[in-house]
Order: sequence, then C-alpha cells, then structure tokens
Amino acid sequence: MERPRTAVSIEQLLAAKEIVVACGSGGVGKTTTSAALAAMAAARQGGKVLVLTVDPARRLADALGVRAIGNDARRVPAAAFAEAGTPARGELWAAMLDTKKSWDDLVVQHAPDRRTARRILDNKLYENIAGRFVQSHEYIAMERLYQLHSEGSYDLIVVDTPPTRNALDFLEAPERMAEFFSSRFLRVLTAPARSRVVNLASRPFFTVADRVLGSQFLHDIAEFFSLFQTMAPGFVDRARSVSRLLRDHRTAYVVVTTLEAAPLHEAEVFVRALGERGFHLGAVVLNRVLPPWLLDDGAATAAAQLAEDPAGVAKALAAQGAAAGDDAQVARVLGEIAESFLNFQVVAQREAEQRAELAVSTDLVVSVPYFDTDVCDLGDLLRLAERVWA
Amino acid sequence: MGDLLDRRLVLVTGKGGVGKTTVAASLALLASQRGMRTLACEVDAKGDLAAVFETGPTAFAEREVQPRLFAMTMDTEASLKEYLALQLRLPVAARIGPLARMFDFVATAAPGVREILTIGKLAYEVRQGRYDLVVVDGAATGHVVGQLAAPQAINELVQVGIIREQTRWMLDILSDPDQTGMVIVATPEEMPVNETVELAARLRDETTVDLAAVVVNRVLPELFGRGEEEAFERLATPARVGALSEAVGADAGPVVDAARLAVTLRRTRADHLQRLRAGVDPSVPLLYVPYLFLRSHGLRATHQVAEALAAELGY
Repeated sequence: MERPRTAVSIEQLLAAKEIVVACGSGGVGKTTTSAALAAMAAARQGGKVLVLTVDPARRLADALGVRAIGNDARRVPAAAFAEAGTPARGELWAAMLDTKKSWDDLVVQHAPDRRTARRILDNKLYENIAGRFVQSHEYIAMERLYQLHSEGSYDLIVVDTPPTRNALDFLEAPERMAEFFSSRFLRVLTAPARSRVVNLASRPFFTVADRVLGSQFLHDIAEFFSLFQTMAPGFVDRARSVSRLLRDHRTAYVVVTTLEAAPLHEAEVFVRALGERGFHLGAVVLNRVLPPWLLDDGAATAAAQLAEDPAGVAKALAAQGAAAGDDAQVARVLGEIAESFLNFQVVAQREAEQRAELAVSTDLVVSVPYFDTDVCDLGDLLRLAERVWA
Repeated sequence: MGDLLDRRLVLVTGKGGVGKTTVAASLALLASQRGMRTLACEVDAKGDLAAVFETGPTAFAEREVQPRLFAMTMDTEASLKEYLALQLRLPVAARIGPLARMFDFVATAAPGVREILTIGKLAYEVRQGRYDLVVVDGAATGHVVGQLAAPQAINELVQVGIIREQTRWMLDILSDPDQTGMVIVATPEEMPVNETVELAARLRDETTVDLAAVVVNRVLPELFGRGEEEAFERLATPARVGALSEAVGADAGPVVDAARLAVTLRRTRADHLQRLRAGVDPSVPLLYVPYLFLRSHGLRATHQVAEALAAELGY
C-alpha cells in the first residue's frame, strides 16, 4: 500500500494546513515557536495568518510590534516586517485568549434569552468557573480556535496551547464538556425543585453531600446547573463540532520539546496519544538544541589537551609569537575554556543520545539551535523560523 | 520569619521547565538528611517525582524512598475517600466508589473541589504531625494562586456544613508563616523571571501565604576572573586560534566558540538575575543553584542540588 504523502518540511506543512496547534510541556518555547512559524508563513506564503496565544505574553506583543494583544485580533504592522528585512507577502494578525471574555461571549450566544444569560453571568459559581477553574481554560481555548476558524477570516491559524497538567486535557476537553452536558446526572441534579427533593433525599450521594457541603451550597449548584442546562443543546453541538475540527485533516499538531529528559518524555507520550486518538501529527520541533560542534572529535581532543597542560600550551603560543597576555594568565584562560567546553560537551552528548533514541511517528523532526540571546523582536522570530523552515 | 526547613509545609512552584520537581525533591532530601521525617508530595501525577528519586511509581499511599524520606502522589479521588472515611466514618472504599464518581462529576464543573481536596490533604498531614516537614511539588506558577485561593473561595461559597469548618483550619495553617512557606523556582531567563516577579506580587496581594524563598536554578558559573575576559578576546582572533590549534594538534575553534557561548549566556542571564532581585521583596532570600553539567537528571542531580541548597541555607 502506498504511504500517504505527508509534509516533508515545515514550509509544506504550513502551506497545506489551516490550523496548526503547538503543544508540549511548559517552558519549552511553544508560544515563541508558534509566533515564529506564523510570522514566517505570513512573510513567505502570504494570505492572512493569525497567531492565537493563550499565554499572557506581553513580551510576544512587544516582539510582534503590537501594543497589546487581546481577545480581538490585531494586525502586526507591515512596516515591522520591512524593518526586520523580510517584507511580508501576507498579513500577520495576533490575538490572545481572554478566558473570561470568551466564556461570557459563549454564554450570551447559547443562552435561550437575554435574561437567562444575565442570570448565568451574575451567578457566583459561574464567575468561579469561568475565572479560576483550570479545566475551563482548556476547553475555551479550543472553542475560541473553532470560532475563529469558522469565521473564515484567516488562511492559517497557529495556536499555542495552555500549560496543562496532562498534555491531553485540552484535546479531550470538548468531549468532556459534551459528555457533561448530556449526562443523566446533570438532569437529575437540575430536575424541578420538588421532584428533586423526593428523588435526591433517598440517594446516598446527596445525604453525604448535604452533610459535607451544606444544603445551601447544593442549592446554588443546582440552580447554576439548571441555568447552564438551558444552553445544553447548543453547547453540546458546539463542543462536538470543536472536537471534529481538532481531528480534521486540515488541522495539524506540532509537538514542541527541548532535549531534556522530562519534556522529551512528555513529548513522546503526547505523540503516541495523538496517534491513538486520530489527531494529525505534523511535526516535532526540538527547541534549544546545543550546537553540533560541541560534539566535534577534534575539538574534544583540543580541549583535553588544553585542560591537561594549559601552561605548556601557553608557552608554545608565546614561542610562536601568538601570546595573548602573560603566560600565567593565558594558561588560566586556556584551562577555563577547556573546562567549559568539556562541561558543555557532556550536556551536548546527552542531548544527542536523547535525539537518537527519540521514537516518534513522523519523519518531520526539526531542531532549533540554542539562541544565546533572548528573542526580542520580529526579526528574531523570523530568524528562528528560518532555521526550521525548509 | 523562620528558617525555610523549620516550617511544616513548603510549597514549591515555578514555571514549567525550570526544574521545580528537582528543587522540591532536593529540599525534601536535604531535610531528611538533616534528620527530619519528611513527606514529599507531587501534585501533578506525572511521575516526575519518582524519576528524580529514581524509585518506582509513587502513589497516594506514601512510601519511604530514602531514609526518613517518604514520597506520595496526590490523587483527589483517593483524598476524597480518605476524607469521607475520616470525617463521616463512612464504611470503606467499596461503598464510596460510585459516590466518588459523582463527586468527580461535580468536581468537573464546581469550582475548587479538586483544589480543596489537594490542599486539604496537605494541611491534614501537617496537622496530624506525622512528619516534621511536608514538601510539595506544587502546581505551576499559573495555577498556584487558584489552588491556594480554593479554601477561601469555598469558605465564601459554602455557608454551612463540615467543609466550611474544615476550610478554617486549613486557612490557619496556610496563613501562618511559621508553618507554611512558598518557594518559587526560577531560572535566570526572561519568562521564568517575569512569572516569578508576577507571582510574588500576586501571592502578596491575593493570598495569605508567605513567600519563603526564591530558588534560582541553573545559574551559569562565571567563566573568567578579573582581566581574563580581555585576554580571552585577544586569544579568540583567527590568527591566534590557528596558532592554538597548531599547538594542541587539533581544531581548537569549537573550544573558543563554546567559551564565547558561555560568556554570552552568562551575560544575558546576569540581566535577568538583576531584574529578579529588583522585582522581589528584599526580605525574600534568593537561593542560587549552579547549572549542573550532568549526564542525567536522576538521583545524582537531586543530591547535587540538595548540596547546593544546603550551602545557600548555611548548613
């Protein structure tokens, strides 16, 4: 059987997809990678490209040259691309996920009438759920992605994902939400008040819950869910659509990781889980990879030699007329740089080993070199993307 | 403010990827080495704690992984079972099963339920006094305020019932700087420093938990002494690198490049370190842990970080 053709470069991947989701554990550079890929796609491939970030990334706003990123997308000025030396063929837009605002919009959209919407928005529990409740973040991120995609305003949307306890949470969030709203338990809980008392008093859960939580709280919960229940039909449909979009062939996942043990392990778990659940893995991006010359055999020999006899080498240099200071000082410097090289080499070797053993189901694995300075502006983002592009 | 390890509950947080688990494990290891009966608890069930102790998987029931050092993984359902069994004297697991599923269901939507079960278990261990110290590999910086706010939120939402009484003593333990301290782990990099500064402010403004220390992980050593960097710059010219290669009989170019990488990294990071010091209250100590050029991230690394922390704490 002929193997289905998949993208062989990041360039092809971004040209072929409508949605690219960057995922991976916290601190591996998802937000920066997403922004870099989106910027490059806008610059080289044209069209309208949106980078949707879930990070409160003031720095990203600065890097993109937009004052503040909010729930409403802002266009990155074309001048910023010109200044960075890469005039853009297309447009780059940036938006940030505002969890509370997105939930509010969703409620207004799905509530049967304005009054119900108001009552939900004013509910004490709602505020907690929309604002603090961790999992709601995961669902709303995907929901917002769906919304932006269905508006049809962009050719490509690159989104980074919220840091989750479990990398899979956000992929499963829409299904969990759909399940939740169509469950029997919710119906029991939100049954008309009188029958609820009769029904529930006999159930062990409620006798216990009553003692633990107090009946007022139970009443609050029931009222909240009753209100929320009015949105159920629209909500369930919507959650299912979100779920379908995440599995659509137009959506690809880019797993970002560093070569450190923990994130790498998580990346492998993630790649496996994507496959098992029918999501499309596009590429694996290895971030902050130490330069390959640290593994150079000749350099290792040189460093060993320097570490062993720095004074001898310093003398030899002086004899060649290549002294860089007094012999003792040069010897100290030589010893220090040799030591430093050997130190970095240990880490580079470990990384190379990890890289070699990386077991993922895609041929598209790209490395981003360790940048020794921070990514500060659009030019930096484009330079970063350049390294993985073709 | 007491000494860090004199407290009863130390909550460790940090941005993803800064070495939060390793630091939490090292603090626990250090305490146990100093004769304290210590419990290390992982809040996110990822198995990272087992990895840094190089033991088999940890579970809700704690297990001794080193002398006097016990490790456990938080499991909110198990915590609920334990809670119900203790508080309500309900018959054991078998009958609680379906009940726990129901609670799980409510917890999926109702605010703070999972959080309170987590914080509740930790505070319970402190109150029981079976351990001298409980060290928590906690939620990441983004979630930790929400987690700490759970007892307060529940306290506001639930007007009566056992839970309300429970949240009161939890709040008492969490708010007492002699008993509870937060440790934020950062690396001298831009985003971890930003998040640390922001979290320190939020802890002060939105919670009653005392920030005990900031651990700065992976601090690169200063490569050169006084005047040596100038000597290095003179040495790094192409002609001299050529001479150097000749003298050692191999290409010394990468050795010089590696030194330059180390110098640049150190310099970028020094700025972030300064921002960190300026952004956190001066009364909060910064504990520095050097970058470890190690083969692995296992128990060996945990031991070395523990040694570095011991030195910083003046042990």
